Amino acid sequence: MIAGRVASSLPESCVSDPAADLKKTPLYDAHVAAGARMVPFAGYAMPVQYRDGVMKEHLWTREHAGLFDVSHMGQARLRGVSPLSAFEEVAPGDFIGLKPGKQRYSVLLNKKGGIIDDLMAARPDDDGLFVVVNGACKENDFKVIDNELAGQVKIERLESRALLALQGPEAATVLAAHVPEAATMVFMDCRALTAFGVDAIISRSGYTGEDGYEISVPGDAAAAVWATLLADERVKPIGLGARDSLRLEAGLPLYGHDLDETVSPIEGGLGFAVAKKRRDAGDFPGASRIMAERADGPTRIRVGLHVDGAPAREGAQIADELGEIVGVVTSGGFSPSLGYPIALGFVPPALAEVGTKVSVIVRGKPQLAVVTELPFVPHRYIRKL
Amino acid sequence: MRFTKDHEWVLVDGDIATVGITAYAAEQLGDVVFVETPEVGKSVAKGDNMAVVESVKAASDVYAPVSGEVIESNAELSSAPETVNAVPEAGGWFAKIKLSDPSEVDELMDKTAYDAFLEGL
Repeated sequence: MIAGRVASSLPESCVSDPAADLKKTPLYDAHVAAGARMVPFAGYAMPVQYRDGVMKEHLWTREHAGLFDVSHMGQARLRGVSPLSAFEEVAPGDFIGLKPGKQRYSVLLNKKGGIIDDLMAARPDDDGLFVVVNGACKENDFKVIDNELAGQVKIERLESRALLALQGPEAATVLAAHVPEAATMVFMDCRALTAFGVDAIISRSGYTGEDGYEISVPGDAAAAVWATLLADERVKPIGLGARDSLRLEAGLPLYGHDLDETVSPIEGGLGFAVAKKRRDAGDFPGASRIMAERADGPTRIRVGLHVDGAPAREGAQIADELGEIVGVVTSGGFSPSLGYPIALGFVPPALAEVGTKVSVIVRGKPQLAVVTELPFVPHRYIRKL
Repeated sequence: MRFTKDHEWVLVDGDIATVGITAYAAEQLGDVVFVETPEVGKSVAKGDNMAVVESVKAASDVYAPVSGEVIESNAELSSAPETVNAVPEAGGWFAKIKLSDPSEVDELMDKTAYDAFLEGL
């Protein structure tokens, strides 16, 4: 039965060849030594879980601190005469207004206002823009940026650097023991500093809904940083399985599943990523569509669903009370924190009101699902000290 | 107890087979959060999708290891799916099947053969 249907919520996104030789992050040996189950993800061999399993790893992160290897993600510096204003040509955020030490969530848009990828863009220092994009999308993303901003920015890929995420309510005290300056940062601060004896870029952000940090270090220092953090008994290694269930509870979309090149930021519930200044100017790719959707409403919108019965996985159809198919689940599973299945999916705005009853079709049978406020589990970001 | 290569087990008493998934399968799946057992009265042929077992991250099919009629399914699993992890080869059984062809059981692996099969995985 193991070889049966595996409706994993972790298939590869974007364009990558699963048959190609898998790359290894600098932490590969540490994962194997820790008993990780390694799986192909975004062209890398990545730990989907360690010995504790998804459920325990998930709950540990919500209660203590979880350490994730996300070195498959694409890190780069964009440099040029004015890289901030140049970046506004491909993403709808206010990057000219991005202050040193700050980070912003944004999306790379195609000409039709569809999302090529979602990303973090930061100014850890005065050295241009530091961006982190999804691993499975990185080759295409940097090609798009290079094409669109040719002559304006020069991209330096930071492929030799590792990226670690330390997430959970105890992450701050754990990291402060090694990097006192981390305690002076708030959510979405990002700084270049010396940490663990090496040049690091640390942001107070993550993909779990918890307080925490993402820590970029040179690849050859990653194993030592990983071991140092794990030496703290409050920290356990957490695999991509729990990373996915944590982000789902946090209502955070996963590119290639909840977002793709047809989905606009408005449909994807990411209207906040379109800065007011940019809306007023209407000067970003796909502005006409995105402005029209803001004014008149989109035809579909991403919602959260509390599912009754079996988990509704990606691809499950959503029906209205008359049984008409009106949408689709884009990611779903069992919520370890809540103890019942939850899902993200797209429905027409008329059915997007919190409390609306719909059905999800699982193995041919309709099950009750109720539109629920996002996030499913409250975010616990530290916005001020 | 007999075993399949798909990691189901069968325990025969007379012409009734109790079926479930093996400890190895339960361990590989991780925490079971939902089980869909077959309806009583349903006829299954060996190899048919008989049940579904879901972990946090995936749904997997459970195949009928033998042919026959489902005469009982384990109602406890709907409220306590974690039983599959706790006692996969006992209280975590899925269904009882009235065998239509008892000779099918002889084709399944015994414990020694299944352990050797697991060694080779």
